[in-house]
Amino acid sequence: VWSIAQNSPNLFHTKCSVFSSNYLDVIRARSSCFAFPGRYYDYIFDFNKSQLGPAKRNSAVELKQLLVSVVLEPECDLYPSITSDESYTLAVEGPVAFLKANRVWGVLRGLETFSQLIYQDSYGTFTVNESNIIDSPRFPHRGILIDTARHFLPIKTILKTLDAMAFNKFNVLHWHIVDDQSFPYQSVAFPELSNKGSYSLSHVYTPNDVRTVIEYARLRGIRVIPEFDSPGHTQSWGKGQKNLLTPCYNGPKQSGTFGPINPILNSTYCFLSQFFKEVSTVFPDQFVHLGGDEVEFTCWESNPEVIAFMKKKGFGRDFQRLQSFYIQKLLGIVSTVNKGAIVWQEVFDDHAKLNPGTVVQVWKNEMYPVTQAAVTAAGFPVILSAPWYLDWISYGQDWRNYYKVDPLDFDGSQEQKKLVIGGEACLWGEYVDATNLTPRLWPRASAVGERLWSQQNIKDLEDAYDRLTIHRCRMARRGIAAEPLFTGYCNF
Amino acid sequence: ADFWSQEFSGILPPGLCFATNACYRTAVQSGYQVAESIVPGDIEGKQHAPEKSSLVILVGTPGCNELPSLESGENYTLTINDDHCFLLSETVWGALRGLETFSQLVWRSPEGAFFINKTEIEDFPRFPHRGLLLDTSRHYLPLTSILDTLGSYDPATHIYTAQDVKEVIEYARLRGIRVLAEFDTPGHTLSWGPGVPGLLTPCYSGSHPTGTFGPVNPILNTTYEFMSAFFLEVSSVFPDFYLHLGGDEVDFTCWKSNPDIQAFMKKQGFGNDFKQLESFYIQTLLSIVSAYDKGYVVWQEVFDNKVKVRPDTIIQVWREETPVHYTKEMELITRAGFRALLSAPWYLNHITYGPDWSEIYMVEPLDFKGSPQQKALVIGGEACMWGEYVDSTNLAPRLWPRAGAVAERLWSSELVTSVDFAFKRLTRFRCELLR
Repeated sequence: VWSIAQNSPNLFHTKCSVFSSNYLDVIRARSSCFAFPGRYYDYIFDFNKSQLGPAKRNSAVELKQLLVSVVLEPECDLYPSITSDESYTLAVEGPVAFLKANRVWGVLRGLETFSQLIYQDSYGTFTVNESNIIDSPRFPHRGILIDTARHFLPIKTILKTLDAMAFNKFNVLHWHIVDDQSFPYQSVAFPELSNKGSYSLSHVYTPNDVRTVIEYARLRGIRVIPEFDSPGHTQSWGKGQKNLLTPCYNGPKQSGTFGPINPILNSTYCFLSQFFKEVSTVFPDQFVHLGGDEVEFTCWESNPEVIAFMKKKGFGRDFQRLQSFYIQKLLGIVSTVNKGAIVWQEVFDDHAKLNPGTVVQVWKNEMYPVTQAAVTAAGFPVILSAPWYLDWISYGQDWRNYYKVDPLDFDGSQEQKKLVIGGEACLWGEYVDATNLTPRLWPRASAVGERLWSQQNIKDLEDAYDRLTIHRCRMARRGIAAEPLFTGYCNF
Repeated sequence: ADFWSQEFSGILPPGLCFATNACYRTAVQSGYQVAESIVPGDIEGKQHAPEKSSLVILVGTPGCNELPSLESGENYTLTINDDHCFLLSETVWGALRGLETFSQLVWRSPEGAFFINKTEIEDFPRFPHRGLLLDTSRHYLPLTSILDTLGSYDPATHIYTAQDVKEVIEYARLRGIRVLAEFDTPGHTLSWGPGVPGLLTPCYSGSHPTGTFGPVNPILNTTYEFMSAFFLEVSSVFPDFYLHLGGDEVDFTCWKSNPDIQAFMKKQGFGNDFKQLESFYIQTLLSIVSAYDKGYVVWQEVFDNKVKVRPDTIIQVWREETPVHYTKEMELITRAGFRALLSAPWYLNHITYGPDWSEIYMVEPLDFKGSPQQKALVIGGEACMWGEYVDSTNLAPRLWPRAGAVAERLWSSELVTSVDFAFKRLTRFRCELLR
């Protein structure tokens, strides 16, 4: 199984329950809205690929039913959130298997596990071992970052990624949707942003596209958190929104180039208010990612109006204060529309005043445990990404490095460690598009997936290798072009 | 031709004809695939440019049913002007190269009309051996991966049948591509053992066999009987004059441990020098293969370990730093009079973050100390895609467009070195490949 369940030792029973060959009756108990996802039938019974044979093993018991029961209000019509209960228990004891969860989110996780427990014996009979699993995630925030600005990603690719995420129990899609290079997000309030800022009119996400992604994700228990990164990384915004970006100066004259968003103009905040008001209705998740990374100060430094503003505000020459001024106003706007904020670590490092509950994403690799300690000591939740930049490819089995990371390996109290809500594997798009995204993400991201779901003591690399090679073939069988870990072959 | 020239010469109408004097099927079949991809459907052309109705392809000595070889000429000239529109070459292989160039010169106006600029090209490859190594042992590659075409193979058995091999060879032939098969021995042969008991050397711990095996056993007559029969078959299945016999990374530990081999070494007077035993094996193998009227390519260890080989052996350089830097290795090999193939800086399986294609592009194969005669012995190179971490899920994006950098280095003149210029063309070419 990938990722290993919380109480894994019970998996290794020798007694086997055996399925009847091609049908499993799924009974829903006590659930009004829950519909068994048909895709799990295909995942389990592999309809296109398997040979279906009659059960030949007399010693085994036939498993007739999977009984699914949701204990509390299932939340089927809600969106998943950071507090969603993903716990489940799975008891396989012929002739009935019991999948019990508090919410529909746990059912989804349990179904994935169940589908991974089933195998075909040498006769081709679908078999599952007697099991007793009690499972829940170690961290509630387990994400994948995709970048659709450096390269446009077709919707098909995004949906495939969501499928693969579900196979690995990821529950957050961090959609870094716009950046310097392009602005593919079609805004209703500001249509010129994508009209002028996208690579082309066919490289645009319409409101319908966005809705499709959000719903597809929801049905897999995956949150979609959009990132509209500012004030840096915004070149493409300036194409469709005049006077948004800071004009750079060459001495006394404008150079014709632009820098980060102009933090001194009221029009800037007027725009941001309207823009994030729309964003807050389009994206239902409680959180929105505001970016805030890698702000270049040179352009601000060159602009006489900015300098004058700095003087008036008493910031001196400290542009971090101007940056913080901007971010704080933006955070205010976002809280007005009742959203929580996630920011990159620079916002914290550069001393902006953050509302409590603002989440800080740690991405800089140098001494990241020190950063984790500092952020949690100040009382803010942390999402860890620094050791998990999957766009940094190298020769060989680098998944092992991702697997070895311990997100809580820093100096801090228990309370501090509780503030680490999880992590994200990042696949930045400078060298990635639909031609190579899937093999570059999988199965390397799977290592991160298990690290974030399973217990700290699940760290045996050899066992992980054995299970991950099987899981990789499973993903390939399910249509995800996950690349190989090492030499070998898949049995189909 | 300067792609960026201002004048344009001709509109290509739908269904551009290829008039040729030769090998309609061979030369033009591939050509038509090229043409069909560039001339679809309705076009509204600007009528003030002369319309070209046909590209005339004239081939001197077609040889359509032949196989390409190391000696095949690939020269061609392409002339597009107001009066003429023709592609001239001595061989059908040159025509194929010219058609590829032609297809890359065609461009579309924003209205959708197809154009080609006035062109006067005289082209020929700098190196005659411009290769790509594919490894189908570390991971089986379905024929679709190999051919990008429909292949009938059995996904369950992970085997290439005789029919599969024939398909690959013919598909390659129609594109002027030679298929060079490598059966690497005496090392890298563990998988041979289960099917040929007694072929591999049993390893010993003290006086007891451990149950594990090492390289091919060089001291048994049965070994050479097997190799004779095997390479007789290989020689007829693979029609190219050359076979690659491997010879790399032979681990001597197992041989050292085996008492029979120790006795043999003593008898032969090899002392403790296992390189001599390796040479003994390789030399015997080479004479077997020569008897089948085949030439051979070997990895550099065969040369480094001073195996006595025929003067027309081709040595492939793959090691970057040992025993010497690869440029030094090229110098030594050519100084000894052997032809060389360069691969060391072109291991495309060694991925890293970022645009590594430019380092690949900047390699100059003749950048070593040597006379012009020596340099003439460098017949080309090969980009290698070893398969430890590669299969059909990631082969294509890992290979392309990075292999394109190697391809231009091996075809074009050594003066073509501008990385910026290459970047512009390579990004465009990459999008073409996707199309």
